[in-house]
Amino acid sequence: MPITHNSPTAPPALPTDSTVISIKGLDFSYPDRHIALKNISLSIKEGEKIALVGPNGAGKSTLMLHLNGILSGGGDLEVGLLPLNKQNLPVIRSLVGLVFQNPDDQLFSPTVFEDVAFGPLHMGLSEDEVRTRVDEALAQVDMRGFEDRLSHHLSTGQKKRIAIATVLSMYPQILVLDEPSAGLDPRARRGLINLLRDLPLTMLVSTHDLHMAKELFPRMVIMDKGQIVADGETRVLLEDEALLEKHGLEKV
Amino acid sequence: MAHQNIFDQYKAENSVIHRLSPIVKVVLAVLFIFSNALLPDGAWLSFALKWGAILMLSLLAKLEWHYTLKRSVIVLPFALAGISALFSLPGKTLAIWQLGSLELILTDAGLLRFESILLRSWLSVQVAILLVSTTTFPDLIHALEHLRLPKMLVTVIAFLYRYMTVLSDEALRLLRARQSRSALLPEQRGGGNLLWRARTAGNMVGQLFLRSYERSDRIYYAMLSRGYSGHLRTLNPHNINIRDWLLLMLSFLLITFLQFFARL
Amino acid sequence: MHFSPAPLHIPDGFLSIIVSVISWAITIAILSVAVKHTENLDEKQVPLMGVMAAFIFAAQMINFPVAGGTSGHLLGGAFAAIILGPWAGMLVMTAVIGVQGLLLQDGGLLVMGANILNMGLVTSAIGFGLYRLAPSSTENPQQNRNLKLGLAGIAAWLSVMAGALLTSLQLWLSDTARLDIVLPAMLGIHALIGIGETLITVSALAFIFRTRPDLLDQAQGQERGGRAWIFVGVAISLFVLILSPLASSNPDGLERVASDLGFLAQGIDSPYSILPDYTLPFLGDSAFSTVAAGVIGAFVVGAIIFIISKMKRVNIRADK
Repeated sequence: MPITHNSPTAPPALPTDSTVISIKGLDFSYPDRHIALKNISLSIKEGEKIALVGPNGAGKSTLMLHLNGILSGGGDLEVGLLPLNKQNLPVIRSLVGLVFQNPDDQLFSPTVFEDVAFGPLHMGLSEDEVRTRVDEALAQVDMRGFEDRLSHHLSTGQKKRIAIATVLSMYPQILVLDEPSAGLDPRARRGLINLLRDLPLTMLVSTHDLHMAKELFPRMVIMDKGQIVADGETRVLLEDEALLEKHGLEKV
Repeated sequence: MAHQNIFDQYKAENSVIHRLSPIVKVVLAVLFIFSNALLPDGAWLSFALKWGAILMLSLLAKLEWHYTLKRSVIVLPFALAGISALFSLPGKTLAIWQLGSLELILTDAGLLRFESILLRSWLSVQVAILLVSTTTFPDLIHALEHLRLPKMLVTVIAFLYRYMTVLSDEALRLLRARQSRSALLPEQRGGGNLLWRARTAGNMVGQLFLRSYERSDRIYYAMLSRGYSGHLRTLNPHNINIRDWLLLMLSFLLITFLQFFARL
Repeated sequence: MHFSPAPLHIPDGFLSIIVSVISWAITIAILSVAVKHTENLDEKQVPLMGVMAAFIFAAQMINFPVAGGTSGHLLGGAFAAIILGPWAGMLVMTAVIGVQGLLLQDGGLLVMGANILNMGLVTSAIGFGLYRLAPSSTENPQQNRNLKLGLAGIAAWLSVMAGALLTSLQLWLSDTARLDIVLPAMLGIHALIGIGETLITVSALAFIFRTRPDLLDQAQGQERGGRAWIFVGVAISLFVLILSPLASSNPDGLERVASDLGFLAQGIDSPYSILPDYTLPFLGDSAFSTVAAGVIGAFVVGAIIFIISKMKRVNIRADK
């Protein structure tokens, strides 16, 4: 699925079918020597929508923090053909839109506008461009008109949408979401699923919500104990009861 | 959460006062309070005029006339600290009390002073209430930035405002957990001696600290992810126009006039 | 509401212009140094200080019943300085006091300089200064930890007393209170409040020592504050310890000292009159003279702040 950005300042669209993220042999241990990631290799193509599942502590969040260089372990990581290094870091951070699980951590500014504008402002864009992007991003998550609202007055569902808008305003090549449906009531969850379906972006989404995975993500990656234990079509993997049970997942 | 709104005193309305530049409002409020402090003791008419100004501004802001009055009781407890002013000045003696070795002589000058202190305080707090009920706090933060407060401090204040409700909710959850675990209500001094109770509270503070510290790590990651590299950028749309300047000049003249008037 | 306005939050109207403005000047001078120092720290410091300010705000709600319906809770100045370092602690406390005054009217605006000085700056200086007395590493870590907790406890109590002492002096200098009444009353109440502060500070620190000692080991690091803080902390503590009992037992003595120093030289009844009774002699006792005195006072203080900040900039440049 080709992605088009109609703004002149968007990074040049990559040729279709190109690799957005390529990871080879990634290892990572925390300072307390706890091994979090072991020999991870993963390649994500443009337009793919991938669910990342596995028990708590499997290393999903740690892996996500590597995708835009917040953590860096051993191994190779390329985003849009750019190797991850200090020089490429600012570009990579705008290409990979990382949304954290708790929207109260993601939304750290007093008002919605300031939060959605934070990314574009720190990319060094002009004031007019920043305003255009905030407006666009809020329209994409169906939250136009919330600019002056205070973040702490929003419902959890609204916060999650704004949290996604905070990275959409940076025109990312890939959206990386950590547990987007956690803590939502059924109606807000449904709204979020519809939103994710309609967003024309490459996605990697960590989740415990296998119903959502089945509905939205054709490809699934299962992690356990810091390793990728399965990577394939979602509907095939979800039929493999032995595999699911071995890694603490339930058939849906 | 239960405490979502408790700290916000902003009353959403569409009024002339609400639309004023927050910078101008902050400067005017401080000017008003400054001039309260300059008014001599017993300038009753000037005090009354100032209250009249507050009433007028409240009406312009579409607040009930007694809105600021009702909220101003917050200064009452501190009046205790000023009570000794009653007995501090030489003048016509109104009453004498003997309190142990302390001889308290109530004088007319002391009474005048005490009343004036209370009035000044009470007028000042009303204007501060007027300010926050007609200006959103994010706008106040922008005003502080325009008034050349160091960026670092402005940022800390913005974070504080964003997270005070979040962390207060966490504190309340800890308090509720303590309450549900103790057999007696805390007011009844159940559960151990003073030291034990203090240690429980201290543990809760420690726990809240650790959670806050870990949260600051996650927030830092979220900031890094969106391009933060140590330099904060903000858009600050509030500009002062001619009308604001005129209003400032006019208010300054009025307040200066009142100072002369009070001394006639 | 779960927090009671702390008795130290002075509202507007209770301090004279001169006392308010001088307190603001001292506060601004110290804060400008604090801002310079924290700007040089790593970029993580910004969200950390922000969240810590919200933490102190929320931690002040955690109360515990003391006796007779009263309850104790944390004020937090010493605690903030111990866990964050003195400069960051000062900024955090400033933000807390600023928001309490501006948003909740818990403390005034014109007197905010005094409130920040009393409850944020002096408390942080004592807190870190005394804590810094403990050596950073010893052969017996358990003993060292107990020493640190003890110092933190003393610092917490003294920080509250220092705030109360300063507040009393400011009220007195503003002609709002009689020193012989306000000082014993304030110090008496705050000696008790200080015990609550000590208990919570020590047990909160002990909790952190048990669970995340790494966070407190950094606090001893050189980057947070040099040994000069020990002198600052000890000096303020001695000031409090010597002046409080002296002034409480013999407030007339303090008045006499003040008059000997020339504050009362004109024989007028306002001890604060550096600009006597807010009037300028050469203009006579007119309204214009009073207003002019206020303006001149503000101007002089502004000039002092300007000069101090200039000097500081030169110093920093010379260091580099």
